[in-house]
Amino acid sequence: MLSAALRKELLLQWRTRSQMMAVFVFGATSLLLFSFAIGPNAEMLRTFSSGFLWLGLLLSSTLTLAESFHTEMENRAFEGLLLLPSDARALYYGKAIANWLQLTLLGCALVPVMVILYDAGTMQLLKLLVIIMLGAAGLSAPGTLYAGMTSQVKAKQMLLPLLLFPLIVPALLASVKATSLVILGDPMGQSKAWITLLLAFDLIYWSLCGLLFGRVVED
Amino acid sequence: MKSKVPYIFLAVGAALLLFGSYWGLFIAPAEQYMGNVQRIMYVHVPSAWSWMLAILWAFGCAIAFLFTSNMKWDSRMEAGVEVGILLAFLLCCQGAIWAKPTWGVWWDWDPRLTSVAVLLVASLGIMALRSFVDDPVRRAIWSAVATIIASVDLPIVYFSVKWWNSLHQQQSSPNTVSSAFYIPLRVNAFGVLFLMIGFIWLRTRVAALKLRQETAIPHTYEEAGELA
Repeated sequence: MLSAALRKELLLQWRTRSQMMAVFVFGATSLLLFSFAIGPNAEMLRTFSSGFLWLGLLLSSTLTLAESFHTEMENRAFEGLLLLPSDARALYYGKAIANWLQLTLLGCALVPVMVILYDAGTMQLLKLLVIIMLGAAGLSAPGTLYAGMTSQVKAKQMLLPLLLFPLIVPALLASVKATSLVILGDPMGQSKAWITLLLAFDLIYWSLCGLLFGRVVED
Repeated sequence: MKSKVPYIFLAVGAALLLFGSYWGLFIAPAEQYMGNVQRIMYVHVPSAWSWMLAILWAFGCAIAFLFTSNMKWDSRMEAGVEVGILLAFLLCCQGAIWAKPTWGVWWDWDPRLTSVAVLLVASLGIMALRSFVDDPVRRAIWSAVATIIASVDLPIVYFSVKWWNSLHQQQSSPNTVSSAFYIPLRVNAFGVLFLMIGFIWLRTRVAALKLRQETAIPHTYEEAGELA
């Protein structure tokens, strides 16, 4: 069931890939805009680059997360899905995994933009990929749950960030710190502690949100 | 006839708070290094304790609601979250007043301060969510889910001073605090605790009445007037 739900989500994402492109452009634009907050100081830009990358990804994530429920809320297709003889958890994990893959892809696509705009390159690409994957997982687990909740409310564009942003502060902080240690160098070996924190956050929220999703969508 | 117990809690709490604060301000000695600034601890620390209890209460009510689907727990949870917001706000203000002369800044991005601010904003988000959902059952379920998810931050608040080498003080115990400071702190802790219980109790009543007003269908003109 989970694989069917995941396949459905991935197919939907593939068919609306122009949207994905638009979200990438949005993320790249926000990276460009953040640099105006600092000005042309190259050293400062490099120092803050990881923070900007994650803020760009966070802002973009509210668009993709909200979109993941939008199509199904039209014509009440979601109610049809819930009527299927399957677990709501499979639906949740299908969506959460699809959102996670999408955010990971988006994060990887934003890295070259960051390297070019802020001159913040690194050779530890595998480590950077792991951090982006863990950070994106931290965004997508509570994000998918809250998107499911807010998609049924009037002021959805406002409520999703309002609920999600404070919640993911620990994950955001850990991702920013770990990424900046990869970019700026890690002489004290601190990155392991931040990655562990990120892993703990992911574990807690991936299990907790899966448990609670059934109650969120029931009628 | 509604019980008068919450008013007794409020009266006892206010009396204890006044007594403890008088003791803390005029009888207890000034701290050796911080001087009189330290006296804000007599309200800051009790607020922090009661705030954590209020959030814990809301968390418990959220779980109880999801298991029983009894709307009483929803009203109790709403009260807990709202009183929690008040206490967290007071906590941040008192902390800022203390921090300016001691650390030199109103606010510092220290793990404990950050985690408290996160939970305060998350609680505000839960109240915003409640105001946007019209269906009482959905509102109850969703805010219970959001409360449970936000409460995960609470252990982070408590242990942040131990896990990270933070600017904020670590937890003290009666063994590490002189008895001169200890008595007013204890009295105020019970004062704020009783005030919190009284407020949550009364706020639960208000929430339950509002819910009745929302869901009840009036059968007579008198009832309609009562509900309006």
